[in-house]
Amino acid sequence: MWTSSFNRPETRAARHRKWLAWGALVIVLAVPLGVAAASPLLAWRQPIYIIGGFAGIVGLCLMLVQPLLALGALPGLSGATARRAHRVTGHALVAAIVLHVAALWITSPPDMLDALAFAAPTLFSTLGVMAMWLVLATGALALLRKRLRLSPRRWRRLHLPAVVAIVGLSVGHAVLIQGTMGWWSKLALSGLLIAAALTAVWRSLPRSPR
Amino acid sequence: MSSLIQTRRRLLGLVGGTVGAAALGGLSVPASAAGLAPTPTMRGGANNYRPGAPVVDRIGGGGFLMTGTVRRAGDGAPLPGQRIQIWAHTTEGHERDPESHGATLTDDEGRFTMDMPQIVPAFGQAHGHLAYDSGDFQTVFLRPVMSSPRDTTLHVDFVLQPA
Repeated sequence: MWTSSFNRPETRAARHRKWLAWGALVIVLAVPLGVAAASPLLAWRQPIYIIGGFAGIVGLCLMLVQPLLALGALPGLSGATARRAHRVTGHALVAAIVLHVAALWITSPPDMLDALAFAAPTLFSTLGVMAMWLVLATGALALLRKRLRLSPRRWRRLHLPAVVAIVGLSVGHAVLIQGTMGWWSKLALSGLLIAAALTAVWRSLPRSPR
Repeated sequence: MSSLIQTRRRLLGLVGGTVGAAALGGLSVPASAAGLAPTPTMRGGANNYRPGAPVVDRIGGGGFLMTGTVRRAGDGAPLPGQRIQIWAHTTEGHERDPESHGATLTDDEGRFTMDMPQIVPAFGQAHGHLAYDSGDFQTVFLRPVMSSPRDTTLHVDFVLQPA
């Protein structure tokens, strides 16, 4: 937290900005989680189902952190530190999705198998499974990025469209579900996620076509 | 099911078809010329099915009313004495729990009712499961979705065709 004041003393305004940005992020992520934790539906679910549901909500929250890190919008995290945090958050996102799918599989195997086979009656299942495959592919590509010697431009051309699709599919998945998430907090988180992702993608694009 | 997604084109077709079917679902018109059309089995209808659920007066403590009719395809004649199995995720248990399952028989006019615990949303939708599988007619699995999770009744119509 004090690294940014290493070179030059932190101004009062900068300190305020830092607290404001981090405070806002904590609230933006804590409210949907808190509302979900208060859902009456939890009373009628066994622990593995609750874990599965919350892993999905955490995944959606982690998705919002990614573009903020890419934008350098989180004070104290910039440059190499932000890149490392983006990578770590990416790993956490993959873990959250794997946990989401595994726990829901244990909760109701036929429903999860239908979803994975694109044979579920619910559109949100299809959207969710498509988003899952895209996240896994994006993670795999990130791990292989060096070995494949992907140029920054090449990487952008693969990563940015994937990100847009993942965010769109995930928001569709979440919004169509009647679950523990509150309607308004879900919409707010989704709106912020879309805005942050599109801003980050926009800023990552070169000014002129190359 | 894995054969459905062997190629990317197939996957895209499947996804496009799903979206298209969802969009067109509201526009479909039931067949009428050849008489009453049989009810098709719904996707996911058989999930967490347990064969041979016992005939019961009610499932658990009751409070939610599942109602329905069973008729014959073609002439629409009511079918009395038909066994309908019902299960759902409710305030008293999960779909997989044996005590969430029960069966009932249709009356002389082909109607059935089941008093059961309140259905609550599970796997993203508040829905019930019903099955006809006694063999005289073709097996049908249904998965009706409640228009609101606060509903305390759900009505389901079966139209069966001889096996």
